[in-house]
Amino acid sequence: MTDSAGVLVLAETEGGVLSPTAAELLTAGRSLAEGLGLPISLGVAGSDAGTATQEAASLGVQQVYAAEDGILSDDKPELLLEAWAQICRQTNPDVVLIARTMAGRDLAPRLAVRLGVGLAQDCLEVRVDADSGRMVAHRPVYGGNAMAAVVCNGTPQMACVRPKAYEPMEADESQQAEVVPVSLSLDESMAKVKLVERVAEESEGVRLESAKIVVAGGRGLGSSEPFKDLEVIAGLLGAGIGASRAAVDAGWVPPSWQIGLTGKTITPDLYITVAISGASQHMAGCSGSKVIVAVNKDAEANIFKEARYGVVGDWEKALPSFTETLRELLG
Amino acid sequence: MSLKIIVLAKQVIDPEMPRSAFQVDRENRRVMTPPTLPPVVNGFDENAVEAALRIKDSQAAEITVISMGQSFALDVMKKPLSMGADSLVLLQDDAFVNTVDSFGVARALTAAVRKLGSFDLIIAGRQASDWDNAQAPLAVAEMLNLPSVTIGRKVEVGDGRVTVERQMPEGTEIVEAPMPALVTVSNELGQPRYPTLRGIMAATRKQPTVWSLEDLGLDAGELAPQVETVDLYVPVTETDCEFIIGEDDADAGRLLALKLREAKLV
Ligand SMILES: Cc1cc2nc3c(=O)[nH]c(=O)nc-3n(C[C@H](O)[C@H](O)[C@H](O)COP(=O)(O)OP(=O)(O)OC[C@H]3O[C@@H](n4cnc5c(N)ncnc54)[C@H](O)[C@@H]3O)c2cc1C
Ligand SMILES: Nc1ncnc2c1ncn2[C@@H]1O[C@H](COP(=O)(O)O)[C@@H](O)[C@H]1O
Repeated sequence: MTDSAGVLVLAETEGGVLSPTAAELLTAGRSLAEGLGLPISLGVAGSDAGTATQEAASLGVQQVYAAEDGILSDDKPELLLEAWAQICRQTNPDVVLIARTMAGRDLAPRLAVRLGVGLAQDCLEVRVDADSGRMVAHRPVYGGNAMAAVVCNGTPQMACVRPKAYEPMEADESQQAEVVPVSLSLDESMAKVKLVERVAEESEGVRLESAKIVVAGGRGLGSSEPFKDLEVIAGLLGAGIGASRAAVDAGWVPPSWQIGLTGKTITPDLYITVAISGASQHMAGCSGSKVIVAVNKDAEANIFKEARYGVVGDWEKALPSFTETLRELLG
Repeated sequence: MSLKIIVLAKQVIDPEMPRSAFQVDRENRRVMTPPTLPPVVNGFDENAVEAALRIKDSQAAEITVISMGQSFALDVMKKPLSMGADSLVLLQDDAFVNTVDSFGVARALTAAVRKLGSFDLIIAGRQASDWDNAQAPLAVAEMLNLPSVTIGRKVEVGDGRVTVERQMPEGTEIVEAPMPALVTVSNELGQPRYPTLRGIMAATRKQPTVWSLEDLGLDAGELAPQVETVDLYVPVTETDCEFIIGEDDADAGRLLALKLREAKLV
């Protein structure tokens, strides 16, 4: 294969099904491919490419590079890394896109070094610069205080794109793609890291990432106790519940509640924050909320710069009446 | 035999500085640090030092901290020594001005690790709080062909293996890798220990080893950035906040609920 794969999306799969981030990457990839005048293709590697190849075809790619090998599995990321490297070496892409998932964020930097190129990390937007014909990637830096535009010097140009930064491409079953098998040369000795155990946290309630309403508390709550009051509000609203890192670090709530740069990214219609100052690293995970509401006793707190509605006051006094009124309104 | 642990620690501008103090020189694509604001050891790298010290608490170990940059605030970078690390190696050279292109950074760090000789474990922070890249350690691991495990909240060694409890979005994952290996850690590891008075005294006496580009056997061309910054700007995010004012805080709480209802948000 000497033809270039053009813009290549390296997709993760879950049990032979394309991960939802693949369709988002294809939206980003499609506009790059159009801007660069290149084809768009998708690479998928797994023990069984399953339905992933048909799904990819319906998402409007020209070629699907399918690399199947029985030794590939979810708990052996080093094998997937080498599989992706082999797909790239055999298809000579101009641009490679990877989703910044838990797996992707670890695989992408090693893949870049393995291919001898750089990586634009954590991108929110990738565009084509008309003058240079190169990809320009926009990404938050300094905890979200600033945005940087970066250009990769080598080929392929690589970008790791933040999940949810792009709307997923709509599937159209009538579309066809050429499926090109890629043969891999992998062996078990490449997998040095072994999974011993996965411990899932018990979680009741609404998933933070998909919640329409989220209620969260910060350091100003002072202890774990007031989170019970927030849970009452969350219950009334059918909301997910979260926290700032300060509340997590204090041990008041589990790490899975953390919203922000190093926690979860939420995109609810309504985000109610209580006693959270609105540090840039916190806002990095919630600035996609449609409406932010803040209860904070400090009128100068940064959260009010991004909030739509605010109460400057003490949560101990404001929350009980807020909760009572909600209860009455929602019957 | 004593375990050899290398910790990678970066000097960064204080990420918790007030937002009003944060300013960008767009022309030169860099952040203007207020002169009154001292830099800090990257927070997750203090967690990395702590992870190394916890290993050393239970077995013989020697901890070497490596940091790469153009210039350093020595009193700041000595903090890992005062916490209990054994030695500090500063990779300092005018050629190390770009510390956000992870690949150049990783090349310098890799050269230093090689120059130090044998080691069992490299511990780094999950990301540097300047560019939040989360990639220099992975690039180092790739260059040294080491297994890598990220976002650890507990790191234990034994029988030539490292066992890491990783923080996952919905729980934890325990993985193990043969050493030598590289692990990155996160704040879930827990509060880094405070330097003791004895530690501070010992750190005052210790001098860092300083290596230049030439000492590392590198030339500037090898550090040419793979990723170039073409623009750096502060995004405009301000929304007009409607403040809900009541007779007192309790009344404001009630009015807020009514407002959310009126806006059809609840
Ligand atoms: C690399 C890096 C990554 C980070 N990642 C994250 C992340 O993912 N998520 C995150 O949240 N943070 C993150 N942080 C931390 C972040 O910088 C802040 O330290 C943190 O968000 C502060 O949490 P907070 O708002 O709860 O606490 P504070 O900033 O201390 O704010 C507490 C607020 O409570 C208010 N308050 C106090 N008492 C009352 C009262 N009685 N009534 C009403 N209001 C009251 C105060 O006015 C204050 O505004 C990160 C930091 C770094 C360096
Ligand atoms: N210049 C540097 N000197 C020493 N360690 C570094 C340097 N840059 C990055 N690191 C290490 O790599 C981690 C991740 O950094 P980054 O990839 O820049 O986000 C940091 O937490 C440090 O442990």
